Amino acid sequence: MIKLKQTKGFWLSILFAFALFTIVQIVISSALINFYIVNIIMTMGIYIILAVSLHLIIGITGQFSIGHAGFLAVGAYTSAVFTMKLGQPLLIGLIAGGLAAAIAGMLIGIPSLRLKGDYLAIATLGFGEIVRITFFNIDYIGGPSGMMVSQLTTWPWVFGCMLLTILVIRNFTNSTHGRACISVREDEIAADAMGINTTYYKVVAFLIGSFFAGVGGALWAHNFYIIQPSQFGFLKSFDILIFVVLGGLGSMSGAVIAAILLTLVSMLLTEYPETRMVIYSLILIITMLYRPRGLLGTKEVTSLFTNRRNKKGGPKDGNTHTVA
Amino acid sequence: METHTPLLKVDQVGIRFGGLKAVADVNMKLYPGELVGLIGPNGAGKTTFFNLLTGVYVPTDGKIFFKGENIRKQPPYKITKKGISRTFQNIRLFEELSVIDNVKVAYHSLAKHSILSSILRLPNHFSGEKEMEEKALEFLKLFNLDQFRDDKAKNLPYGQQRRLEIARALAANPELLLLDEPAAGMNPKETAQLMDLIAFIREKFNLTVLLIEHDMSLVMGVCERIYVLDHGQLIAHGTPEEIRNHPKVIEAYLGEEVS
Repeated sequence: MIKLKQTKGFWLSILFAFALFTIVQIVISSALINFYIVNIIMTMGIYIILAVSLHLIIGITGQFSIGHAGFLAVGAYTSAVFTMKLGQPLLIGLIAGGLAAAIAGMLIGIPSLRLKGDYLAIATLGFGEIVRITFFNIDYIGGPSGMMVSQLTTWPWVFGCMLLTILVIRNFTNSTHGRACISVREDEIAADAMGINTTYYKVVAFLIGSFFAGVGGALWAHNFYIIQPSQFGFLKSFDILIFVVLGGLGSMSGAVIAAILLTLVSMLLTEYPETRMVIYSLILIITMLYRPRGLLGTKEVTSLFTNRRNKKGGPKDGNTHTVA
Repeated sequence: METHTPLLKVDQVGIRFGGLKAVADVNMKLYPGELVGLIGPNGAGKTTFFNLLTGVYVPTDGKIFFKGENIRKQPPYKITKKGISRTFQNIRLFEELSVIDNVKVAYHSLAKHSILSSILRLPNHFSGEKEMEEKALEFLKLFNLDQFRDDKAKNLPYGQQRRLEIARALAANPELLLLDEPAAGMNPKETAQLMDLIAFIREKFNLTVLLIEHDMSLVMGVCERIYVLDHGQLIAHGTPEEIRNHPKVIEAYLGEEVS
């Protein structure tokens, strides 16, 4: 019974993904929409990759890292060097960007993951800034004026990477390894006492998360013709953080939805440049006031359907029922 | 019983936080199958002592031998794998996880499937997860918790949360179980049920149990031997009868006699 339901959901998701891909591809190739909107769609896809990868670190493993733009930058610059300076194809650039970011993630992760909460946040924030300043001072990649990159990112690339990110992180989360990460988030001391090597799982989450941030960075680099260190400041890290928090910490679909909605909002607001950031901030404040645990809380979109179907006893949600 | 080699041997163990000696010169021997109590007034260092045994704190002095091996500098997760498991004074469940997932976390170290096979969804991921699911469910049934299997741990009533915490500690397959005030906040009826449960698991899993408890009648009733800790030092050790009449224990609990 359960297995049948799962496989049904599996095929439905495949169908949905395929339909989404085809529709967007047709719309783009038939030139129904202008370049600007195509660009927005690409950005959305890249933001989804970044949001989902940060979701693994913050939402699942509970490590409050706010230096995600640093990994984005490492991925962007590494891939750009591979494609522009070394003449490699985009695929090599993507892999190299991901690996370089993963290595950076491990280097920053191993010493700093012993820190907790606020201290980890500050350490990762510092990491992001160090990366930015470093790129700022390397002449080989253009220094402050940046690096010209050819436009290679296309919808199939973005979609493929997005799908891969979501699948890998979903599969990881829904396994004993993901549960180990969640147990670290819930109570590190208890996780340790249950035989979970907490440091190992924190580093693994950091590694996977930063790998995909690097892949996102590679796509980013080949989407905008130019990359500059100033694009990867801490405000970029906060943009990604906002997707994860607004979507609901611990909810991957929440992060995806928040990335889509906020990119849309930000796009619609470009017509009112003088009030844009005010309205954007207001939307964030209002959302957090009415949904303090994010759009979806810790739930996933899929659970909204399954829960309704087999409603059998026991409160499922701590928000609405309190147990004395 | 004293003819066996001890399962746990604590040798002159102590810890200093700066200038404060929280625990000092504690000696203790636990033999396989025993149920031993550890009592003492508030702030005597009982929980600190548990933290030393489980590796949360590294002792500044002394040695801890578990099954003949010195575990003094081992990290907590390794100590758990060697066979010491514990519960906490303030319940520490994985609140957002379901009841069954709480137990599955304890089975994690037995997992045969790697991260890679989970990501790629290889066949041994499915068989591994299925095995864990079945084992965990069986375990929940043993503790009458299977009716709550899909509820979040934080939504369980207090008494059931304590029960789940003990179940989870046992799922880690310990030889030595450390219970830190399991009856705290329970009414007499719940306490009695808890005592039955402890007797039951002891029998069923062949356990050695070290129990911290405030409820004197409870400790006196079930423990074979009792250690008394005060100001970080062992002040007495013996059978419940001996402890009841020990002058130092009476002094620690009731204050010095006025001469």
